[in-house]
This record gives sequence, C-alpha cells and structure tokens, in this order.
Amino acid sequence: MKKHALKPLWVALTVIALVLLARYVMVPKDFGVNGRNFTYGFHRQSAINDWLVVPVKYKGKESCNECHDDKYAENLESRHRLLECENCHGPALEHPENPERLVIDLSRDLCLRCHSKLDYPNSPRGALPGIDPAEHNAGLACSECHNPHRPDLEDM
Amino acid sequence: MSFSRRKFLVTSLKGAIGAALPISAFRLLSPAEARAVVGDASRRWVFLVDTTKCVGCGLCVKACKKENEVPYDAPVTRTWVERYVVTRDGQTHIDSPNGARDGFTDPRIDDQEIPAEEITKAFFVPKLCNQCENPACVQVCPVGATFQTRDGVVLVDRNWCIGCGYCIMACPYGVRFFHPVYKVAEKCTFCYHRISKGLESACVQACPFEARRMGDLRNMEDPVTQIIMNERIAVLKDEYGTKPQVFYIGLDARVR
Repeated sequence: MKKHALKPLWVALTVIALVLLARYVMVPKDFGVNGRNFTYGFHRQSAINDWLVVPVKYKGKESCNECHDDKYAENLESRHRLLECENCHGPALEHPENPERLVIDLSRDLCLRCHSKLDYPNSPRGALPGIDPAEHNAGLACSECHNPHRPDLEDM
Repeated sequence: MSFSRRKFLVTSLKGAIGAALPISAFRLLSPAEARAVVGDASRRWVFLVDTTKCVGCGLCVKACKKENEVPYDAPVTRTWVERYVVTRDGQTHIDSPNGARDGFTDPRIDDQEIPAEEITKAFFVPKLCNQCENPACVQVCPVGATFQTRDGVVLVDRNWCIGCGYCIMACPYGVRFFHPVYKVAEKCTFCYHRISKGLESACVQACPFEARRMGDLRNMEDPVTQIIMNERIAVLKDEYGTKPQVFYIGLDARVR
C-alpha cells in the first residue's frame, strides 16, 4: 500500500492519543465510582472532604453557658427556654475572639417572627401570645417593657 | 448407534468442567469484602418535619443562610417555609415571602386581606432537600459533579460543576439553585459538616418548637426512626419515584 494512503490513519491515532493523554492529566486520580453505583456515586472522592471542612458557625446554647452561665440559667427558667441564644444574637462564629462582641438586635422584627398575631385556628401560631404591631406601642423596642431572656409578664 | 460406557464418562466429565469454568470467574466474598465494595451504608440520614408544630418564625431559614454562607439578601435559599391559608370558599392562599427568612409577620397574603372568620385552617410547611434515595438531580449531571454519599446525602462538587443547570431543572422539589457567588449548583446538604461531627443541622438546632428533626434510618433505636416506623407520615411528590427521605407529620393534601 502507498504510504500517503496511511497518513489519515496516523493523524487520527495521534488525535486519539492526545485526547487520552489530556484526560489522564486532567481527571483527578480519585474520580470514579465511589458511592453505591455508577448512577449515584460517580464523583471525585475528595469532594466529600470539601464539605466536611465547612466551618461550624452556630455553636449552640451549651457553648454560651461556658461564660454566660447567669443568662443561661435565667433563660432556662423562662418560657423562652426553647430558643437558642444564637437565634437572636446571631451565630457565635469564633466569639469571643472574632467577633469580640455579638450584635444585640433590638428590632421589633425579631420578636414579631413569633409574636405578630396571626389568627389561625388549629395552628400553634394562633395559640402564641401575639400583638398587632401597628397597634401595640408602634415604634417602641419590645425590650423597653419585656425582658427577652425572661419574657413572662408577671416579671415586668 | 454405539455409545460406550467410556465415551459417556468422558463426555460427562468434559461437560461438568465446561459448565464449572464460567462459575470459577465468580468469587465468594466475605461480608467484610462485600461491605468494602458496596460501601459503608451503616447510616442513612433522614429528616422529619412536624407541620403541626411549625409557627412560621423562619429562624431555621435565617440560621441556614448564615451557617451555609448563602448570600443573605439574595433571593435564594436552601430551605424555606410556606404558608397555607384555606378559606371558607375552598381557596388556598399560599405564600413564602423571602423564603420566610424574616418569618411571617403580616396576616395579608400577596397584599390581600383575609378576614380571620373566613379562615378554616392555616398551617406552615418547612421545605428543604429531600435527599432522595433515587435523586433525579444526580442522574442528570453530565460530569459527575453531584453525587450521593454513602450515608444518603446528595452533595455538589463545587470544583467540578460546570453550571449547566440540568440538576436545577430535574429536581421535582425545586430545592436547587445557582449559588450567586460560586456560580455553581447549590443545595441543602443536611449541614453535612455539622451532622458528621455529631452536631444538629443549623435549622434543626434553631427550631424552637422541634418542628424539624433529623435521624438515622439504620438505627432502630433512633427516636426519629421510631416515629417514621410507628406513626402516620407522608412524603412530598411520592409519584415521582425519587423516594424522598424528608418525612412529614400532618401533611395536608393541598401541599404541593
């Protein structure tokens, strides 16, 4: 056979070799079937670690208790004992190093999440103590009268 | 026709060996070896939502966005709460302002006043990724950037996702979206970084009414597993066959 007739074959084989080489270099070594099967588990194994190292920002009530045990104890006696401290004060992050102080949010919107009256039968929301924000001391911070750590009205 | 005793024995032996050859290609695995191949599925994370306890405060949405670095003011969220108000005329009014990031404080729905005496029932339904047993979003990924972990959580590989958006369209529950910062597909991870350390997910921890709980379906002693086994529960969009793993107590037929 004439040599020139084979030229397209060599070109094609070179292209295939280059694609295979590029694939070998570019695809991570831990890529493959790492889960229960090809359909659901075909991935880069180290991608799981990428998610495991996400920093935890909400530390939970017990970690607040390590320093603020007075507030913790007070809260546990109140009807707000079900609330996490960080629900209102925001995520602790690396507190007390960073941030040194957590923001104290005194906005009415925070309290209205639960205590804006919604008259719903058969819903626990309807049973929560609630107000009409437009009627009930509009413009005043709730904490002017109510202690959020100990909200029971008899302690006012 | 002659068929000697010798020929019969030789032919039988050949046949037996021939039949045994392909079987020898198989290998008996010890249970430990089998587990190494199939993967350690000793845990299966599931979620339990009690809609009869939710009051629509939205603290879960706030905690989720902050914990998982989802831009706070962008109109995207990994979890959200829907409000359903059913009136006497049989109509269902549904809304979820900002995904309920700031809770439900306004009795109006889409600027429409609904008189309290007209309401027959009203409830709140938290939603999040169902971490399906057969996730449609994973099936459609053309590059292997989203996958199911062995304990049942569907994750996205941010370094591998090409942002084609197939998964966002494939999810029957609409829980996936584009991350405005990373420009890749984003979804609820059940707070994989927290549950793997033995912590509760951010939304479960934030919920003051225990409307959200998480458990391990492989552990029969788990209180959540006990409820799923023993009580009346439902899942969303069962007809899609994705086998969702977020179970609901008190789910109304009006919830889509």
